[in-house]
Amino acid sequence: MQAQGGSVGRVEKCLFTFAEGDDALRLESGRRLAPVTLAYETYGCLNKDATNAVLVCHALSGDSHAAGYYSQSDHKPGWWDDYVGPGKALDTDRLFVICSNVVSGCMGSTGPSSVNPQTGRPYGLDFPVVTIGDMVEAQRRLVEHLGVSRLLAVVGGSLGGMQVLEWTVRFPEMVRAAIPLATTTKHSALAIAFNEVARQAIMADPKWSNGDYYDGELPQHGLAVARMIGHITYLSDEAMRRKFDRRLQDRCDISFNFEADFQVESYLRHQGQKFTERFDANSFLYITKAADYFHLESSWGRGSLVEAFSRAQCSFLAVSFTSDWLYPTYQSRAMVQAMKKAGLDVSFCEVHADCGHDAFLLPNPRLASMLGSFIGRFLEQEPEEVADRAV
Amino acid sequence: MRFDLQVVASWIEPGAKVLDLGCGGGVLMEHLAREKGVRATGIENSEEKVAECLSKGLSVLHGDINEEVLDYSDNAFDYVILSQTLQQVYDPARIIGQMLRIGSRGIVSFPNFSHIGIRLQLMLGGRSPISKELPYDWFDTPNIRVITIKDFRRFCKKLGVDIQAEVATRTPHQEEQGKLVHLLPNLRAIYGIFLLGRQKG
Repeated sequence: MQAQGGSVGRVEKCLFTFAEGDDALRLESGRRLAPVTLAYETYGCLNKDATNAVLVCHALSGDSHAAGYYSQSDHKPGWWDDYVGPGKALDTDRLFVICSNVVSGCMGSTGPSSVNPQTGRPYGLDFPVVTIGDMVEAQRRLVEHLGVSRLLAVVGGSLGGMQVLEWTVRFPEMVRAAIPLATTTKHSALAIAFNEVARQAIMADPKWSNGDYYDGELPQHGLAVARMIGHITYLSDEAMRRKFDRRLQDRCDISFNFEADFQVESYLRHQGQKFTERFDANSFLYITKAADYFHLESSWGRGSLVEAFSRAQCSFLAVSFTSDWLYPTYQSRAMVQAMKKAGLDVSFCEVHADCGHDAFLLPNPRLASMLGSFIGRFLEQEPEEVADRAV
Repeated sequence: MRFDLQVVASWIEPGAKVLDLGCGGGVLMEHLAREKGVRATGIENSEEKVAECLSKGLSVLHGDINEEVLDYSDNAFDYVILSQTLQQVYDPARIIGQMLRIGSRGIVSFPNFSHIGIRLQLMLGGRSPISKELPYDWFDTPNIRVITIKDFRRFCKKLGVDIQAEVATRTPHQEEQGKLVHLLPNLRAIYGIFLLGRQKG
């Protein structure tokens, strides 16, 4: 399935550092973080009234590289290239798209692998635990730095969707439209359980050394197992049956030993191994913890989701996917129900997809069309047309 | 736009807040938003039609009308519309009760099952009637209710629902130019369209 539209082409990762003076990032835990660097990318042009900015929030293992290519030899574009580009759902001919790596990440933003200015060594476990709220607080500084006082839309899936929801209640006056995809207002016990098993896999790796491993060997095995666990939750029974069933890997018969007999084993090992080449184990611990702690109704509504959403002022488009068993549709419906009760303008669709939680990352013409027309609704209300930069 | 929808639209004031139950692809909502500045939300259980509504820039919820109505507070809407859907509703009294709880007024329309053509099919042919408006066989129809204009009036009376306006049309399906029926509507009308309110006092 080829996505409509073109590519944003070559893009560059930028860095924005703040809180170098007295304006430390005050975290929900009560601790402070300073200085803070965010890695970010932008696509398209900000119009002169700064009314066409869309913030894209990435999921657990994502980064600021949502679209385009870093170099000509790059064989893979950014993680949401199917949806971001000229003529695509997030049309960069008309929109100014921003995507930044979350605080506590490992793709250029300040996180546990960054150097602690007080010790001159990587933070490791000295890095403070951050929340989804802290991530959004940092993004707000970046957005304002870019000259945007009100976002046309905030969009993201999974952990990115949690950031979207947080934006709408933390900075209601800064958001016109919000698109939470395949997400939830709070982790279920099931979701926390999977995260905990993944964290234990990392922490049980002797090379993890209590998070202080940056000078020596990395806890690659633990991180790989953590990724394998995560990967299972992103797929679905149906998708796995179709993709692997019980097919054997490079052999005609079972081996009667503990090699990767089955394709699914080989696939997970490969995914786990590949992940260790680009991700920091400590960042994985911190980001999964932030997801587990996320609890919108308790943070903003004294236990009531309706009260939490009464803070919001934007229009919503919530989307869930039929085969997502990590954040099943009932969780999106509960969120939508609270939005309705809070009197908000909300649209919702449960999109049929058999590929599980990851569906929001895969090409899907229906999802693309929904996103494009929903965002277009707010663009059309703008009197100013963005200059056509394709000329 | 279909003539029956034009009748529905004519009852709605500019700027009103409207909920369309079983809104389909959003033809009526789009018309109301464009022509009357109405703030409309639809509820629809087909993913494809939900997508169609979104492509028109409309607000729509993918779900079951019987459940979705429960989330709204009293008087959340000026009008709640149930257009050509009543014949598929399991518990009509409950849905109409909910419509008049969350909306000041309700609008209900349905194909009239006592139309002369339908009567003749059953009487002369001895078979379950099939019409352009109700194009299904007995074994594959989603329509679980057969409603006549006369029955609906009685039903409203029994429910204590106030019929504030009533229009009968004999415009075949999909046609835009319409004819109203004043004489013997229960026999001659293809569609019945009712504007409902809560009983006074």
